[in-house]
Amino acid sequence: MAISIKVVLHFPRHLMNQPIIYHLARHYDVEFNILKASITPQEEGVLVMELKGEQKDYEGGIKYLTDSGVEVHPLSRNVARDEDKCTHCGVCVAVCPVGALILDPATRRVDFCESKCIACELCIKACPPRAMKVCL
Amino acid sequence: MLKTIVEINERIQKGEAVVVTAEEVIDIAEKNGITRATQEIDVVTTATFGPMCSSGAYFNIGQAKPRIKFGGSTIYLNDVPAYAGWAAADLYLGATAIPDHDPRNKVYPGEFIYGGGHVIEDLLEGKDVRLVASAYGTDCYPKRKLETWVNLDDFNQAVLFNVRNASQNYNVAVNSSNRIIYTYMGMLKPNLGNATYSSAGQLSPLLNDPYYKTIGIGTRIFLGGGIGYVTWQGTQHNPDVLRSEDGVPRGCGGTLAVIGDLKQMSSRWLRGTSFLGYGCNMMVGIGIPIPILSEEMLRYTMVKDADIVAPVVDYSDAYPQRKSDILGEVSYAELKSGKIVLREKEVPTASLSSYYKAVEIAHTLKRWIQKGEFLLTEPVAPLPGIESGIILKPLEERPAGVSIAKNGSIYRRRE
Ligand code: SF4
Ligand code: SF4
Repeated sequence: MAISIKVVLHFPRHLMNQPIIYHLARHYDVEFNILKASITPQEEGVLVMELKGEQKDYEGGIKYLTDSGVEVHPLSRNVARDEDKCTHCGVCVAVCPVGALILDPATRRVDFCESKCIACELCIKACPPRAMKVCL
Repeated sequence: MLKTIVEINERIQKGEAVVVTAEEVIDIAEKNGITRATQEIDVVTTATFGPMCSSGAYFNIGQAKPRIKFGGSTIYLNDVPAYAGWAAADLYLGATAIPDHDPRNKVYPGEFIYGGGHVIEDLLEGKDVRLVASAYGTDCYPKRKLETWVNLDDFNQAVLFNVRNASQNYNVAVNSSNRIIYTYMGMLKPNLGNATYSSAGQLSPLLNDPYYKTIGIGTRIFLGGGIGYVTWQGTQHNPDVLRSEDGVPRGCGGTLAVIGDLKQMSSRWLRGTSFLGYGCNMMVGIGIPIPILSEEMLRYTMVKDADIVAPVVDYSDAYPQRKSDILGEVSYAELKSGKIVLREKEVPTASLSSYYKAVEIAHTLKRWIQKGEFLLTEPVAPLPGIESGIILKPLEERPAGVSIAKNGSIYRRRE
């Protein structure tokens, strides 16, 4: 059965120069679409992709990735903001790689645009009152 | 034309006082002119909401049966150690205290999930926290072990007492090294990758009263959502700071020690925070009214972000090594634009304090005064100003074990 799943991949720093995606494309019969890619200040890679293929090929590909040390989780994991906890300081604005956290210059309020968020989780530890949370 | 605080309070009680925020006053005074604005405006409200490390609360808990003596014992609230070197049933919990089992920076950068500030926030949310004390036992206080749940209502007194808050101005932090660093100014990316700052700028209390002419000991303030008071100059109060022509400090400057009933406060305005790789802390909301007694006071409150500058400090070298060199000065207007230019490089900026919340506090205090619920106070005594000769001393370390007494004699300390 063919499936299509969106996943977020975290590449630790030591894997950044490895041809992992190349191997994935070559040895596993999965079609993929890179939706977002960015490198964090810690020099880790974050990649959001859509994977399409037969269930067994998809599973094989994911196993290859996790065995190589890449952290994989489905994009269905959402990052949400606890509105009561957020102080609108703006620390996260500089951290978010895709501009999902935006400072309104007039009100100095920080708005969270959920549709832009790729759930990379970078804002979570950066937020001093820990207002950003992963909901499973 | 001079006004007095008594006259202003009469107008507040009649519901006639004209109150504006330190943001609103800028436009009004520019439009109406200083003389007219001074006649019209009675009070300008200022505010700040940001991480303030030297904060905490003291508590008195009713006596257990049999009695226990906290003094000289160890005491924990939700595993966070509190200070017990007081009488039998008093304790002080500091915002930056963390549990003994916290791994700190052993796994670098440490996460510092829960500390004293978080305990205070939990208490404000009505939660039970676990109090554990181990004492040595005396004839009059025989109990040695206490383990109990407590919440804010259980304390006889719960008092927020912060020894250094509301810094007049503050550093802008950058990192010129080639590795990422984690500081109390947040995460700083290598090679001047970002800059962080922490001041409400034009809205900040002591920037609107640069010479401490109305804010003094005894001044009634908004503190954490309740009413509090200025008790003293804050620690590291430094009136001797470098100032601009209008008197506005170009560096840290003055600070305030403040006090207030924790039971009146709310977690909206006191918030425990975790700084990656650095530690725990608490964000504190403070609002201070400034009576417009004269044209001079009005002029001070007209200060705006473009006129306030802060020093840019390298937290990879100058700050930790206590060097005085700075990378330059930038204004809060530049900082708030989202980027500054340093060494010909555009550097993105982020704030640690919340201007949005500071505006909310300034408006809340304005409403309290307009409704006649909050009267102004005459300071009991002024804060030390430039004339006090107070300067900020660095520590000159003396070799451990040997001490040179003031009269020059050298003695060896008992180990
Ligand atoms: S860092 Fe946290 S508290 Fe600050 S604006 Fe972002 S989500 Fe809100
Ligand atoms: S998880 Fe946070 S940092 Fe990542 S995209 Fe979403 S909002 Fe931005």
